Amino acid sequence: MNVFSFIIGVVMVGLAIFAIETKKLLTSVIMLSAMSLLSVILFVIMKAPDVAITEASVGAGLTTAIFLLSLRKLKRADVE
Amino acid sequence: MKRMISALIALLFFFMIVTVLNSDSSDSMGIPRYGEVKLSERVSAKYIEKSVNGNEDEINFGITADAETGSANMVTSIVVNYRSFDTLGEVTVLFISATGVGLILGGGRKRVGSAISVSPVVKIASRVIAPLLMVLGIYVFVHGHLTPGGGFPGGAIIAAGFLLLVAVDDEKRASKGLKILEGTMGLLYVLIGIAGLLISGSFLKNFLPTGVVGELFSAGIIPVVYSVIGLKVGAELSGIVDDFISEGGDEA
Repeated sequence: MNVFSFIIGVVMVGLAIFAIETKKLLTSVIMLSAMSLLSVILFVIMKAPDVAITEASVGAGLTTAIFLLSLRKLKRADVE
Repeated sequence: MKRMISALIALLFFFMIVTVLNSDSSDSMGIPRYGEVKLSERVSAKYIEKSVNGNEDEINFGITADAETGSANMVTSIVVNYRSFDTLGEVTVLFISATGVGLILGGGRKRVGSAISVSPVVKIASRVIAPLLMVLGIYVFVHGHLTPGGGFPGGAIIAAGFLLLVAVDDEKRASKGLKILEGTMGLLYVLIGIAGLLISGSFLKNFLPTGVVGELFSAGIIPVVYSVIGLKVGAELSGIVDDFISEGGDEA
C-alpha cells in the first residue's frame, strides 16, 4: 500500500467523522460529497475504473443533489 | 456519557476490522492481504479466463474473432452476459425506488422555483455543457463493452446533465415521454431475454454474432443491453430529480 492511498484513507475517515459531528446538515452533505470524490481517486488507484465512474456520477453528483433538494424541501415544510 | 459509549463502540469496531484485515487467509475468518490473493483458486479466475476467449489462445485486440463473449471489458461481460439476470434485478430495484419517490413526492405539477437567482453567464454556460454531458453519457454506455463504464454510470451522467438544466432554469420540467421511455426500455430488456430463451435456449443468452474483439459492433447483445439499461437508468434518475423539484397544486 503506497503512501498516497493511505493519506486519502485518513482524510476520508476524517471527513466522515466531521460529517457526523457537524451541526449544520448542509455541511454534512458537502463533507459526504467530498468523501465520495476522494473514494473515486482510491478506486482508480486500486484499478477499478468502472466503479470509479459510477461512484463519481452517482456518489458525488446525483446523491449530493438529491440530498440538497430534500434539504430545501424540509426547510420549506418548516416555514409553512 | 453517550459520546464516550459511542466512541468505545467505534474503537471496538476499529480493532475488530483491523484484526480481521490483518489476519492471514489461512485462518478461517481471515481476509487475504491486498495483492496476495491466489486468483487461480477463486471463482473469478474462471470468469477472467472465459470472459473474452473460451480456449487458452492469445487474444489480440482487433484481430481475434468469434471469442466467447467478444467483449474487451471483462467487467461488462460478467455484468451483462454471465450475470445478466442479476442486472435485470438491479434495474428492477432502481425502478421500484423511482416509483416510490414518485408515489411520495410526485403528483405535483407545479415547478418549485430556485431560491437563488442565477447569473446569465451560468445559465448560458449550462446550456452548452448539459448537451455535452448527455453525449458523454451516451458514449459511456455505447462503448461499455470496450472501455470502462456501462449502462448505470452512463444513465447517471445523462441525469446529471438534466439536473444541470433544471437547476439553472426555473421553468424547465421533464417531458412526459420520459416515463414512456423508461417503461419501454424495461420491457425491451425482458424481450431481449425472451428472444435469447427462444433462440439459444436460455434466458438472456447471447444470440448475436460476437464479432472481432475491440470493434464497436462486437460482443453480441452486450452493447444492445447496455444501451437499453443506459436509457432506462437515465430516464429513471431524471424522473427522480423531476419529482424532487415539483410540488402539489395546479400547473403553474
